[in-house]
Amino acid sequence: MFGSRAQSKGQSEAVSEASEEPPPPPDPATRLALYRQMVAMRGFEKRAYDLFLQGLVKGTSHLGLGQEAIAAAFGCAMRHDDYTFATYRGHNHTLARGVPMTPVMGELMGRSCGLMAGKGGSMHLTSVEHGMMGSYAIIGAHLTIANGAAFSAKSRGTSQVAVCFFGDGTTNIGAFHEALNLAAVWKLPVVFVCENNLWMEYTPIASVTAVAHPAADRASAYGLAPILVDGNDADAMYDVATTALARARAGDGPSLIEAATYRHGGHSRADPGKYRSDEELEYWLGRDPLPAYRGRLLGAGVDEAVLAALEAEVAAEVDEATEQAKASPPPSLDLVMSDVWADGGSSWRN
Amino acid sequence: MAELTYRDAVAAAIAQEMERDESVVFIGEDVGAAGGVFKATVGLLEKFGPTRVLDTPISEQAILGVAMGAAMTGMRPIAEIMFSDFFAVSWDLVANEIAKTRYMTNGQVTLPLVIRSGNGGGSRFGAQHSQSVENWAMAIPGLKVVAPSTPRDVMGLFAAAVRDPDPVLFFEHKSLYSLKGEVEDGEILDELGKAATRREGKDVTIVALAAMVPRALAAAEQLASEGVEATVIDLRSLVPLDVSAVAASIASTGHLVTVEENPRLCGWGAELSSIIAEENLFDLDGPIVRVTTPHVPLPAADTLEDAAMPSASRIVEGVRRSLA
Repeated sequence: MFGSRAQSKGQSEAVSEASEEPPPPPDPATRLALYRQMVAMRGFEKRAYDLFLQGLVKGTSHLGLGQEAIAAAFGCAMRHDDYTFATYRGHNHTLARGVPMTPVMGELMGRSCGLMAGKGGSMHLTSVEHGMMGSYAIIGAHLTIANGAAFSAKSRGTSQVAVCFFGDGTTNIGAFHEALNLAAVWKLPVVFVCENNLWMEYTPIASVTAVAHPAADRASAYGLAPILVDGNDADAMYDVATTALARARAGDGPSLIEAATYRHGGHSRADPGKYRSDEELEYWLGRDPLPAYRGRLLGAGVDEAVLAALEAEVAAEVDEATEQAKASPPPSLDLVMSDVWADGGSSWRN
Repeated sequence: MAELTYRDAVAAAIAQEMERDESVVFIGEDVGAAGGVFKATVGLLEKFGPTRVLDTPISEQAILGVAMGAAMTGMRPIAEIMFSDFFAVSWDLVANEIAKTRYMTNGQVTLPLVIRSGNGGGSRFGAQHSQSVENWAMAIPGLKVVAPSTPRDVMGLFAAAVRDPDPVLFFEHKSLYSLKGEVEDGEILDELGKAATRREGKDVTIVALAAMVPRALAAAEQLASEGVEATVIDLRSLVPLDVSAVAASIASTGHLVTVEENPRLCGWGAELSSIIAEENLFDLDGPIVRVTTPHVPLPAADTLEDAAMPSASRIVEGVRRSLA
């Protein structure tokens, strides 16, 4: 129905409209933090992919390579006690909350050092102590759950905000609409972030969606302003994130953000992404958020040696996490029967 | 001691828990200003205000999502799904999210929430507002499943459900809402997973749940006039399941008849029968008999619905088959 190139054009046009007046850049320390987060995510996920090829990461995994700026921006903008809800493509959002790499790598590898000792896997990364309230692998439901955390924050008067990330494909499931409506009616402190990477699994989102911008064009149905942002521009993302979080914290209700981005790889590990044209892929690889941001920092006068040191530090962190996870034993088989219930067990009868 | 209806006991139970614990909130469709479509939540909005009793849109997924998200962040929500048939439109939240999250997160997430719902047939509402779906919930690891048969048990089991650290599906039977019963004064708190023996008899053990309990008792009266003395056990909860109460009774009666409102296949009686057959076979002096709704959706007309659901006379007939 629509060529994928046409989607790219349509989307970049809309983004440029939204970016007519660029906001002031974040302060230098925040910019370095944004860059560091993106480098960490990129390094972590590339390693996860290598480990998959070596048979050490089992099951499935969904990489966010190319989409790092969105998770990084929120990671830097959120308060330590805010709540994150992510999807199965949630490695980056987990790292963004300060969860160390070793337990995340360990979880992907099914080791006892894993974040959930191997009971959840790549698609369910959760670290409550870091405000990472879960990665949800059936799209839609977690928007409604984020509402619950936001409702709770509002009821308890804590001024915490719930941030919920999801892909473009999620905008066509019923729970998306139920969640947006209730969040708006109850004026909940929640920020919904649609990472529009143009592809709903193996299908172009434009070919299965009635509007051009799957999230932003739906916003008005819930009395919300349409927010379109270049999801590959860490500064622009940080600005939008800061604004939406402040609005939620002030009691002014939810926001729905549509961030234009692109998935460098396929949908999941089993998908080489061959359905995408070379032209489209080339266009978006040219808009890779990492080299672009590196160039911007250098242009702003950051010493290259600072960036190189940061990159080396992250590379060492990835190596260390890999080695620690490899050295970690498989989980105890007792875990099969643990924690169905709050008493730690799984008994259902006497 | 006061006489309450089952529906008044629901409102009293919610109020008891909301008064006791400020983290308890209550949400659902028509539950506040309207007092509930079954009038089981009258007065709660007036008593606790709009920040703790909230009317929602017709959005079952959004309702259960709020309950889950609130429970995982320190609250103890009560959510209503108006008719238990409507669980089907929000089953992802129940079966995939609420039930599994504690396990998947290796115990990081605790979900102290209650979902209460009007369950079961007998109201001539037709197949989409009459199902008895407690066996759906029983099939999912991670859910506790409660179904009271008396106003007193509504109070005691509801309090236990709200205070339980795990998610509880609380099935109120629609045809019992006008049932009156004695309820003791003061706080009532029961323990989940304890069956109640409603009648003692030496010849047969009849196990029932919710609206099938009064029918089993009516059948027992009829059997008594024929010289057959039945024990009637009210399971009260399916998860946890009080197997030992049933096993102990069978050890003396030698006969088991289950009375289920569920359609035939995979009703809770099938699980109970299989456990007893596996563990207590040599205590049995006759076949286990399951009296169930046949494997059909419930019809609307009163004559048809009555013919489909287990009746006292079908229970009597089931007991005779077990004793034959």
